[in-house]
Amino acid sequence: MDLFRSERMTLVQLIIPVESAYCAVSYLGEFGLLQFRDLNANKSPFQRTFANQVKRCGEMARKLQYFKDQILKSGITSFVSPTMQPDLEIEELEIQLTGLEHELDEINHNDEKLRMAYNELLEFKIVLQKASGFLLPSKRDTYAEIELGENVHSNGNYLQTASLLEEEVIPSTLEQSRLSSVSGIVCKSKRLMLERMLFRATRGNMLFNQSPADEVIVDPSTSEMVEKVVFVVLFSGEQTRTKILKVCEAFDANCYPVPEDVTTQRHIIREVLTRLSEMERTLDAGLHHRNQALISIAQCQAKWANMVRREMAIYKTLNMLNFDVTKKCLVGEGWCPTSSKAKIQEILQRATYDSKSQLGVILHEMEPTDSPPTYFRTNSFTKAFQEIVDAYGVAGYQEVNPTVYTIVTFPFLFAVMFGDWGHGICLLLGALALLALERKLKNQEVGSFMGMLFAGRYVLLLMAVFTIYCGLIYNEFFSIPFDFFGGSAYKCRDDSCSTAHTMGLFKYREPYAFGVDPRWRGSRSELPFLNSLKMKMSILLGVVQMNLGILLSYFNARFFGKQLDIRYQFLPQMIFLNSLFGYLSMLIVVKWCSGSQADLYHVMIYMFLSPTDDLGENQLFRGQKQLQIFLLLLALTAVPWMLFPKPFIKRKLRQESFQGCEYRRLGGSEVDDDMDNEPDPSNQRYGDFNFSEAFVHQMIHCIEFVLGAVSNTASYLRLWALSLAHSELSTVFYERILLLAWGYDNFIIRLGGLATFAFTTAFILLMMETLSAFLHALRLHWVEFQNKFYHGNGHKFRPFSFSSLTEEGGH
Amino acid sequence: MYGFEALTFNIHGGYLEAIVRGHRATLLTASDYNNLCQCETLDDIKMHLSATEYGPYLQNEPSPLHTTTIVEKCTLKLVDEYKHMLCQATEPLSTFLEYITYGHMIDNVVLIVTGTLHERDVQELLEKCHPLGMFDSIASLAVAQNMSELYRLVLVDTPLAPYFSQCITSEDLDDMNIEIMRNTLYKAYLEDFYRFCQKLGGATAEIMSDLLSFEADRRAVNITINSIGTELTRDDRRKLYSNFGLLYPYGHEELAVCEDIDQVRGAMEKYPPYQSLFSKLSYGESQLLDKAFYEEEVKRLCLAFEQQFHYAVFFAYMRLREQEIRNLMWISECVAQNQKSRVSKDLLASSSKNGAN
Repeated sequence: MDLFRSERMTLVQLIIPVESAYCAVSYLGEFGLLQFRDLNANKSPFQRTFANQVKRCGEMARKLQYFKDQILKSGITSFVSPTMQPDLEIEELEIQLTGLEHELDEINHNDEKLRMAYNELLEFKIVLQKASGFLLPSKRDTYAEIELGENVHSNGNYLQTASLLEEEVIPSTLEQSRLSSVSGIVCKSKRLMLERMLFRATRGNMLFNQSPADEVIVDPSTSEMVEKVVFVVLFSGEQTRTKILKVCEAFDANCYPVPEDVTTQRHIIREVLTRLSEMERTLDAGLHHRNQALISIAQCQAKWANMVRREMAIYKTLNMLNFDVTKKCLVGEGWCPTSSKAKIQEILQRATYDSKSQLGVILHEMEPTDSPPTYFRTNSFTKAFQEIVDAYGVAGYQEVNPTVYTIVTFPFLFAVMFGDWGHGICLLLGALALLALERKLKNQEVGSFMGMLFAGRYVLLLMAVFTIYCGLIYNEFFSIPFDFFGGSAYKCRDDSCSTAHTMGLFKYREPYAFGVDPRWRGSRSELPFLNSLKMKMSILLGVVQMNLGILLSYFNARFFGKQLDIRYQFLPQMIFLNSLFGYLSMLIVVKWCSGSQADLYHVMIYMFLSPTDDLGENQLFRGQKQLQIFLLLLALTAVPWMLFPKPFIKRKLRQESFQGCEYRRLGGSEVDDDMDNEPDPSNQRYGDFNFSEAFVHQMIHCIEFVLGAVSNTASYLRLWALSLAHSELSTVFYERILLLAWGYDNFIIRLGGLATFAFTTAFILLMMETLSAFLHALRLHWVEFQNKFYHGNGHKFRPFSFSSLTEEGGH
Repeated sequence: MYGFEALTFNIHGGYLEAIVRGHRATLLTASDYNNLCQCETLDDIKMHLSATEYGPYLQNEPSPLHTTTIVEKCTLKLVDEYKHMLCQATEPLSTFLEYITYGHMIDNVVLIVTGTLHERDVQELLEKCHPLGMFDSIASLAVAQNMSELYRLVLVDTPLAPYFSQCITSEDLDDMNIEIMRNTLYKAYLEDFYRFCQKLGGATAEIMSDLLSFEADRRAVNITINSIGTELTRDDRRKLYSNFGLLYPYGHEELAVCEDIDQVRGAMEKYPPYQSLFSKLSYGESQLLDKAFYEEEVKRLCLAFEQQFHYAVFFAYMRLREQEIRNLMWISECVAQNQKSRVSKDLLASSSKNGAN
């Protein structure tokens, strides 16, 4: 009965001497069954006592994250975790981390500097190789000059009209002007902009040559590959040079001097090449050094991260505690399960002993002011089911927990919709595989989809088992019927009726022992028969489950001592539901047993429209008419019974308690003063009670239930609809794909048909249909079942525990 | 299409309006500022901010923080948000969003030009530029020697080019010229933005005209106050005022002839919206005027969020965020320099924002 009601909780107050606080809290975290209340909620994080420590831990976590990023970036994956690691104190770790970060920073910095130098050399080399192509051949050089000269000349021609003097000047300057060049290298993306800018800056008096670099250059800051372009600008004049250099600088274009002499150029290239190879060696050595450092960090990184996380959690918890007046003790409040109080006391004693404190930790119970948290002790089997219920709403404290029933009903309702024992076996294999890998997957990070499957492995297992069971009842194996339980009860009169409907068949022996008779399959009346069967079954299942829900509301009301709810809610609800739909279920069973031809729709509809009319051929048993009238009257009385008494009685009770107050108030002036200081709680509550609000609330509830009884019952028909869809789909896939392909005497077509069949079965039937059946089962539980009794307004018990910490860190 | 935005606005603008309103909901609140004011060190500020939207941006900063880092990271967040919105925007919203950054662009141009004039390092200057006002060739501004070169070389490519037509002179650049250039550019920019918003019509035009008019009037007052006692002639001063706004045209005539702060006050008090603003100040005081204007602006920006289906929310959000970053900068500076008593002095502007939050 652990799961039926949530664990009893106690609000405890801890008074911990400062010196043993850390120890106590860390032991409690290890134990993990105490939820601390934040006593400093009105203080901002940095005003709290241990803000500094939290900050230090945050800093350490940041460093560890930085290491992790660096390790990831460097691509180190294979490292052995050493078995023996010295246990570090947190202070030592802090120093070590600072040292390591410093070291790593320095290595990175050096590396970056080296890389910059290397890049510079590399660029220089590229520029030398490329630019010489533009500058070296004297022929081309003069060509460029001529071109430029022509340019100027044309300018001159233009100017000729303006001034004669200038024309004379131009040739002389041309002779004097020595074309100078600037060569450099620039990012490919900025090339056009640069060219345009240079053109504008020099008013077009320049020649821009370019050629893409053969090698890509690594940008040291972002470590991305950058494509660059070598350019050579030819121009004349000193002023232009400064301008061009400025523009180049603005575009991050690195300019390098290229000697015009061939021999010096060769010389320089050779020199640059040797220095490059030297550089490369240095870089490699640096990289090796860095990787070594990172590997040594990687070995301990996970452990350190865990340690820091714990430390941070401890201090964050300590921050929730309050100092008492003497400043020597920390006062904490928290919830713990009543059953583990003794254990906690023991732990606290151990903490006192271990921290060599003179004073023991005091633990005592407190009067709870707000509702306790809800805590269920779950195991790996029940956890997934509890999650299904919690996803709707966390149960109130000690409220009846629907999980107990969900464990069985959920997979069962799923199976009713999914019933096919072939598919069930597939699911079972999957679930078993997950269970077999349980140990391995538990400690491993998996993707969100796999993680979800893994978390629901036991749900999946039960779903598979029930699917096989329902599949056997439906007698479907990938939609093929089998006759395990003796042969069919029907037989043909003659050979012609092998595909005929029921009329050609006659029953010649006992009914088929278990499940649906295989002979129905393929016959003309297969669908009407199965539909009627499944529809009726759905209604039966629904009525049973809804009755269970109402019954659970009785347990709730009795547990919390709410007589009112039992008398004016549980009873009329029970009567209303059963007088209409309970009766329908009974009719279904009677019809099954008696083999009657009565039309149940007709019976139900005319029960309302004209209850006094004769039933005629739809009569199933004697006295049915009288019974129907009686049930109808019962249902009609149940509605006002549900609606009116509760709010009125409540109001009466309030008024009585209020009158009691009035009398007491008149008692004397002293009492009066007391009343003013501390308003009586009952008085307070009276102020809250609003009759019209309560009445409207009750009315909504009542209407919801009455309409809900009809619509919820109808809603259970989804069991039939989905099961129909599933069996029809699998029939279509089997007949239209597999059998069709098998009809050809061609190996490839057969193989293709088989593959298509396997594919559709796996993806459409096993995955999508599973999901849809799962969702509908979920809905039936959340809405149709749980709205009868479940409030789900509790809050979860979140104990301070290290194990939950690592789980969070893992994701 | 005034009044019918509700039909069509969400086709293109709905997503982004939702985004910007979501962003606006994450502006720091009064209690955040309260807590920030109580911080002892910059690390405390970081710790507090880590619980806000700024968290991810400050998370991985190593511990000895600087004010500049905090401001830089906070600005980075704004820039990221802006870029995201710009990427998602379609016409005419994308143009509208681009208009918002032109102001920063003008400031950056002026910053670089002034910096080069005083022979500062270009890289250093670039770091000081507001990232929203960056354009490709901004670094080559340093090459220019005079206005026309500035225009011909660099600005002709930028959206600022049309605004420049009024201030192309071949005069050499000096501080006075640059300041005049800035104001001329700003005038042209505001007028252009105003025209653009009017063209958009509807609630955007209505709200933006209010916001931009306020901006124009504020600039007019600032120009007047700053030019008192300088060699700027009345006519030149008159030319720098934007040709719209509440003060246009009669207020401008009066402002143009003002010779001291009290005359400005006299001119402004004729306008009811500004009367209340000036009535809070004592005579002869111009220090607090800036603050009063900021407060008024924040109030107006907040009001922009009261209406739906218009673009002014983007403008308002960007401005509010910038104000918030200014506040953060002020707080961090005060904390860093141990001037805690002065922290709350300048924060009034932001708290009024949070009144409307």
